[in-house]
Amino acid sequence: MARKIIVLGEVRDGSLRNVSFEAVAAAKTASEGGEVVGVLIGDSVNALSGELIHYGADRVITVENEKLKQYTPDGYSQALMAVIDAESPEGLIFGHTSLGKDLAPKVAAKLNSGLISDVTGLEIAGGNLVFTRPIYSGKAFEKKIVTDGLVFATIRPNNISPLEKDESRTGEASSLSVDIKDLRTIIKEVVRKASEGVDLSEAKVIIAGGRGVKSEEGFEPLNELAKVLNGAVGASRGACDADYCDYSLQIGQTGKVVTPDLYIACGISGAIQHLAGMSNSKVIVAINKDPEANIFKVADYGIVGDLFEVVPLLTEEFRKILVNA
Amino acid sequence: MNIYVLMKRTFDTEEKITISGGQINEDGAEFIINPYDEYAIEEAIQVRDAQGGEVTVVSVGNEETEKQLRTALAMGADKAVLINTEDDLEYGDQFTTAKILSEYLKDKDADLIIAGNVAIDGGSGQVGPRVAELLNIPYVTTITKLDITGSNATVVRDVEGDSEVIETTLPLLVTAQQGLNEPRYPSLPGIMKAKKKPLDELELDDLDLEEDDVEAKTKTIEIYLPPKKEAGKVLEGELADQVKELVNLLHTEAKVV
Ligand SMILES: Cc1cc2nc3c(=O)[nH]c(=O)nc-3n(C[C@H](O)[C@H](O)[C@H](O)COP(=O)(O)OP(=O)(O)OC[C@H]3O[C@@H](n4cnc5c(N)ncnc54)[C@H](O)[C@@H]3O)c2cc1C
Ligand SMILES: Cc1cc2nc3c(=O)[nH]c(=O)nc-3n(C[C@H](O)[C@H](O)[C@H](O)COP(=O)(O)OP(=O)(O)OC[C@H]3O[C@@H](n4cnc5c(N)ncnc54)[C@H](O)[C@@H]3O)c2cc1C
Repeated sequence: MARKIIVLGEVRDGSLRNVSFEAVAAAKTASEGGEVVGVLIGDSVNALSGELIHYGADRVITVENEKLKQYTPDGYSQALMAVIDAESPEGLIFGHTSLGKDLAPKVAAKLNSGLISDVTGLEIAGGNLVFTRPIYSGKAFEKKIVTDGLVFATIRPNNISPLEKDESRTGEASSLSVDIKDLRTIIKEVVRKASEGVDLSEAKVIIAGGRGVKSEEGFEPLNELAKVLNGAVGASRGACDADYCDYSLQIGQTGKVVTPDLYIACGISGAIQHLAGMSNSKVIVAINKDPEANIFKVADYGIVGDLFEVVPLLTEEFRKILVNA
Repeated sequence: MNIYVLMKRTFDTEEKITISGGQINEDGAEFIINPYDEYAIEEAIQVRDAQGGEVTVVSVGNEETEKQLRTALAMGADKAVLINTEDDLEYGDQFTTAKILSEYLKDKDADLIIAGNVAIDGGSGQVGPRVAELLNIPYVTTITKLDITGSNATVVRDVEGDSEVIETTLPLLVTAQQGLNEPRYPSLPGIMKAKKKPLDELELDDLDLEEDDVEAKTKTIEIYLPPKKEAGKVLEGELADQVKELVNLLHTEAKVV
């Protein structure tokens, strides 16, 4: 069944996030030969339409408004509802990002619709559009279908491959003017704490530290390694509880669930709650001085040793090959 | 202040997950209050203690959910409400749960509703924002700080590691992120008192809901476990050689760097 699917493109620091290209690819599958319409919301987003089209959107609608400079659920839902009213899509796909998680349930409630969150894969199987998503923080997976109403999903970053970028692709870009009325939540200030650069949920490489890192300064060698590999730094709850780092870095069942290409666990014992958050990573490396540590059971490669020796050596070695590459 | 907490009963985080007959096997499993909902309960108690009022903890579940509701009462909540769907519904999704909760809440004049950011089993994070929308009140998700003065609230929201300072007004729904507070353990006197606190049980009928009104929009057709990860290779030899070997393996064999 051909469908018209709306994809919400997400803009961060002036550029489109990768997950938006992945959402376009997901929408292509979900559209079953129908149309993929990109939507961009913000105070200055028109210039980004082309890129969404290069990644596979058939056309793009932008909603620009001063009041949409920052994300608020009221502002964005008003903009999006105006587009939905104009387009009557059969489906919607957002990234399962901070913004997508916050906005999608509100829009679903407005539309009286279902919503399949945190999707890691989708396919047409047996005549159905079937979504796969982790449950129990990745300890199990479920396959879900829509039984009534809109096809609405948020997709987890880093799991669905974007389509090849094709700069010769063209498509219509139009803009819709929407009157944004009272916003009930006002952002007074944004305090930037996240390590500059790579976001944990989208990182291809994660260097994670646990209680073995021993102090806030102990994270320094991990930061160095992350920098060389263009990765992000994460942590176990043990490290967060001990105040070595911020809770926003926590990975696990009550933290972030991540699936990078490479996960390097340093001084992490491998408690079941931690494993729930990272064991679906493509390649796992464990560095721990205890050869019996549970983390070695899920690691593809392990080094038994002191992380303060091993990590700097690793950084040096990677630096060499990456310079040569 | 009239405060409501939305609470889900869930698997203990220590539990390994197994499947039998296509379903998650619950036999012998330990159940707990969803960890994020513990933060929600703690925050509600702190707001009540500072501002006066009453904390009611609400859960959509079955008879067994009474245990977690009693724990919430033992922590210090004043009242608990179980909306028991066992006899009425066989299947539900987030649409179902949010609809039931909002029907219950719509005439309660709640000033503040606190939910968890996400349930560690279902994992969608939908219920909080859905309920707020259905009640037509503002919401802020993944909060790490809440200050209330009169009918104004200042909230700190965790956004992928950055913090937003948000101003809004009551009535308000917020969802709790880790770091919001340190949930207390129920004390012995708390546990004794909890036995006498009211725990009401409702069914769909009591909310004037028909099965059709809450029928799920999505359906689970299969549940499976991820392929078991084989323990890999622990490297040996001189440390410097191990490191070289590892870099080589990651670069040329696994090709992840
Ligand atoms: C409800 C609940 C939810 C939870 N959620 C999470 C979650 O989301 N994420 C999470 O991570 N945990 C979570 N936990 C906590 C979890 O059970 C563990 O306590 C925690 O993961 C332990 O952190 P750790 O591995 O850093 O510390 P530890 O278990 O103390 O391990 C430290 C490791 O470092 C090694 N080490 C020490 N020094 C060095 C060195 N110099 N070089 C190399 N190795 C060294 C030690 O051998 C040890 O293996 C949760 C617990 C509960 C009860
Ligand atoms: C009658 C019925 C049958 C169901 N059958 C199934 C089934 O067969 N299979 C299945 O996988 N799921 C089933 N569910 C559960 C449902 O799919 C979701 O798990 C539930 O709606 C919550 O979604 P979530 O786990 O993603 O929670 P999230 O949206 O992630 O939860 C966020 C927050 O919302 C609040 N919240 C969530 N759930 C509840 C609740 N029940 N009561 C009070 N507050 C809550 C909590 O504060 C929680 O921290 C059923 C639900 C109902 C009502």
